[in-house]
Amino acid sequence: MDIGWFVVLSAFIFAIGAAGVLTRRSPLVILLCLELMLNAGNLALIAFSRMLGNQDGQVFALIVMVVAACEVVIGLGIIVAMYRRRLPIDVDQMNELRG
Amino acid sequence: MLFEQILFFVAGLGALAGALGVVLIRNPFYSVLSLVVHLVALAVLFLLLRADFIAAAQVVVYAGAVMVLYVFVVAYVGGSDEPLGPEGGALGRIGPLFALLLLVELTIAIVGSSLTALDSTGPEVSAAFGSPGEIGRLLLTKFLLPFEAASFLLLLAAVGAVVLARKRRGLEEPEEAPGAVAVSDVVHEGGAG
Repeated sequence: MDIGWFVVLSAFIFAIGAAGVLTRRSPLVILLCLELMLNAGNLALIAFSRMLGNQDGQVFALIVMVVAACEVVIGLGIIVAMYRRRLPIDVDQMNELRG
Repeated sequence: MLFEQILFFVAGLGALAGALGVVLIRNPFYSVLSLVVHLVALAVLFLLLRADFIAAAQVVVYAGAVMVLYVFVVAYVGGSDEPLGPEGGALGRIGPLFALLLLVELTIAIVGSSLTALDSTGPEVSAAFGSPGEIGRLLLTKFLLPFEAASFLLLLAAVGAVVLARKRRGLEEPEEAPGAVAVSDVVHEGGAG
């Protein structure tokens, strides 16, 4: 299978994720769409790593997965804290940075 | 090879369908399940690209652990359906247009790229390409500093999550504002009377 197919598929997934981040209002779904975009980046990294016959890209993808896990943990922690304080789970109404 | 092409199109369509499901399904719980489908399909694509260890880590860490975390939080918060329409203001209306422009731009970049190797299946690689041993050797030699930084980042995220999600005893909670009746008061009076 040509490498170009994988890169084009990664571009499609990235665009879908970007559309989700821009249009959805629930922070949970926005985090999910961020995962989509990060995974599209991972797919491109691994495709280029195969294209060059070099494994460095796979290590990059592994580090991206670590960063994505950290982002998920902090994001979900913020959502749980919002729920505890009876704040609306809606990014359009969370427009004030207040402790 | 024919088998690889069939596998690519099946897994690619699965990944695209999963991604579209995440964005289009209104119930967050089904969005999470759709993302699991997407991640497993991506793991198959990683296997096609000879990234065995990354594919295994994708299934175990992502589709396993991280998605369980999502399911727990969706069940805890009680993910309610949200309207999909463009009620989100101007950004909600131009969002899909922006994504479409992004896709066009990325496609132009890929098609116009001078990387001739994009039209090949990649060079011949040894059987150990992408195996856990090779990745581990790279992580402990060439990428030792990013490896340590990633472990420190994980520690920071764990501490941050505990701080964010713990019960705040010192701070004033909204339901404990003066004038409001706390649940414990009602229960206590009911027991006494």
